[in-house]
Amino acid sequence: MSSSNEMMVNSTTQKIRAGLKKRYAAERRFQFYGIAGISIAIAALVILFVSIGSKGYTAFVQTHIKLEVFFDPSKVDPTGERKTDVLSRADYAGVVKASLRARFPEVKSRKDKRRLYGLISSGAGFDLRDMVIEDPSIIGTKQALWLVASDDVDMLLKGHISRDTEEDARPIKNNQIAWTDQLIADGAVETPFNKRLFTAGDSREPELAGIWGAIVGSFYTMLVTLTLSFPLGVAAAIYLEEFAHKSKLATLIEVNINNLAAVPSIVFGLLGLAVFLNFFHMPRSAPIVGGVVLALMTFPTIIIAGRAAMKSVPPSIREAAAGLGASRTQVVFHHVLPLAMPGILTGTIIGMARALGETAPLLMIGMVAFIVDVPDGVTDPASVLPVQVYLWADAPERAFVERTSATTMVLLGFLVTMNAVAVMLRKKFERRW
Amino acid sequence: MFALQDTKGEALVTQATQTEETTIIQGGKEAPVNNKVVAKDVAVHYSGAQALFDIDLDIPERRVTALIGPSGCGKSTFLRCINRMNDTIEGCAVSGSLMMDGVDINSSDIDVVELRARVGMVFQKPNPFPKSIYDNVAYGPRIHGLASDSTELDEIVHRSLEKAGLWNEVKDRLLEPGTGLSGGQQQRLCIARAIAVSPEVILMDEPCSALDPIATAKIEELIDEIRENFTIVIVTHSMQQAARVSQHTAFFHLGKLVEKGTTEKIFTEPEDQRTQDYITGRFG
Repeated sequence: MSSSNEMMVNSTTQKIRAGLKKRYAAERRFQFYGIAGISIAIAALVILFVSIGSKGYTAFVQTHIKLEVFFDPSKVDPTGERKTDVLSRADYAGVVKASLRARFPEVKSRKDKRRLYGLISSGAGFDLRDMVIEDPSIIGTKQALWLVASDDVDMLLKGHISRDTEEDARPIKNNQIAWTDQLIADGAVETPFNKRLFTAGDSREPELAGIWGAIVGSFYTMLVTLTLSFPLGVAAAIYLEEFAHKSKLATLIEVNINNLAAVPSIVFGLLGLAVFLNFFHMPRSAPIVGGVVLALMTFPTIIIAGRAAMKSVPPSIREAAAGLGASRTQVVFHHVLPLAMPGILTGTIIGMARALGETAPLLMIGMVAFIVDVPDGVTDPASVLPVQVYLWADAPERAFVERTSATTMVLLGFLVTMNAVAVMLRKKFERRW
Repeated sequence: MFALQDTKGEALVTQATQTEETTIIQGGKEAPVNNKVVAKDVAVHYSGAQALFDIDLDIPERRVTALIGPSGCGKSTFLRCINRMNDTIEGCAVSGSLMMDGVDINSSDIDVVELRARVGMVFQKPNPFPKSIYDNVAYGPRIHGLASDSTELDEIVHRSLEKAGLWNEVKDRLLEPGTGLSGGQQQRLCIARAIAVSPEVILMDEPCSALDPIATAKIEELIDEIRENFTIVIVTHSMQQAARVSQHTAFFHLGKLVEKGTTEKIFTEPEDQRTQDYITGRFG
């Protein structure tokens, strides 16, 4: 009896041993697949960040050139009355040109002069105008000022335009390079932080273009999206999860909400174009329309996240409240909703992050327009960050390449921050029952 | 252990007097014990499948009635009929008559909110709200508007915790979360929460199954103390517990009520063979 028992144990053990090797091999194989997958993902992420970062970091500084600027009263204020409207319409470009001529008196021919003027951005005159309007007493004085260099000089200094390229093939010519070198030798060239990138709206001139308009546009659009989709989404989630009876209609609605979350975003753009612009005649390119369209897109995400969060509230809490005589609404608003809120907020932030990065539907409703002014409200024409990336990626100037990358970095910064907040919320309010 | 024996001894004494009373009822004479809840032909279907068959059961007032039986026999289902918690289950249909103080609980014009204020419930797993101890107890009185000011509410909370035997343990930390208490304390907090709305009936669905023996003994003691003010129906898997705390026992099996009577009678001379087998541990 006992010997046969022993034999049985032995044969079982042998069988187990025979299989063990295979089982461990399967485990190792699986671990290898996992690590390989994660490595590929991390590599992709690193390549993305490095390529964007290495292209974009130079956009955060901007070349400036120091010039002796004489605020010539005959050019700036011909009437001598210091009237603001006269001052604001004066020929500041002429002032800049005169300063350049004074700096390089040897330049004589018309063609060379035009090239000389090309060293300084056409926007430098606007900076002088702002200075004069702020303080008219500088008229008639001579000041050493740092003026914004043109994008060609900027690109040359940042190394994006090579000196070895043939003269015909590069936008900056040999004599322009020579003048620039002379300025560098005099210590009259600097590359300070590019403040304009974060304070200006869009511009045709890369050195004058900024993303503040797009940031404000994105802010207004997100504001509209949040105010519409959050209350509606949460209300719909509460109704579907806590109040709706299980019926065919409820199932149909549920399936359709899931479908809505999977609809390509461009379709929402078409809807916005057809309904909000063509039928309701809402303003084109405006954050209000963009916000509504993105709200339609975010809404199902919030419903799905909200329902999942409410489902994860243990039924024992509902039973405890109902057992005390709480009405259905009281059960939901006193217990379920507060406990589900972190989950709902996490879902909302992730939905908002997706909306913030969305481009396609906004193209359909005209937010792709070239808009220089920073919007003042939800009905002003505006652009948004991802659309700004799209616009600049399309621009021919070399200097827009680094700005495209810089804008992408800013956009990614916002998205990473939002997702980090979502993760933090989830961690902070995670409950153990 | 002494406490346990004491409780048991007391229970047996009361059971003795109980037996006489019940005999009188059966004799058709004047009944000194009112029946708080009277169930007649109660049947429950879950989406077509029948879970309870024709239950006739009287729940006497200010007594502890234990419902015993193997798992899945329908005792919890019956318990949940008394405060209509089955309403929350999709596809659950209750038929028959379930009278409380002469009014049919199942009638459509009964307000469940009001009913559940009168019939409190303590669940199998302690389920305090993730709020402070104070807020846990004050929640019921607050939603029903039982206290006119905060002093009165404080008073209700104090009284309820005291009745539940928890006051001395938590009086210094009323604002700490109820979920931070030990399992037994949590269950007593749940009892305090149920008591706070002054219900007439308290339903307990295996209140000690998640607790250790010492916490169980405390809850049983507590049940014994509060039974003079409330009608208590307790579902339990523990034969000893039924014997210790209850005066009346009903034995359920496969959705049917097999036998009912005083606890003493069920445990000493059961009429049905199945009851006999179950209480002696032959199955279940």
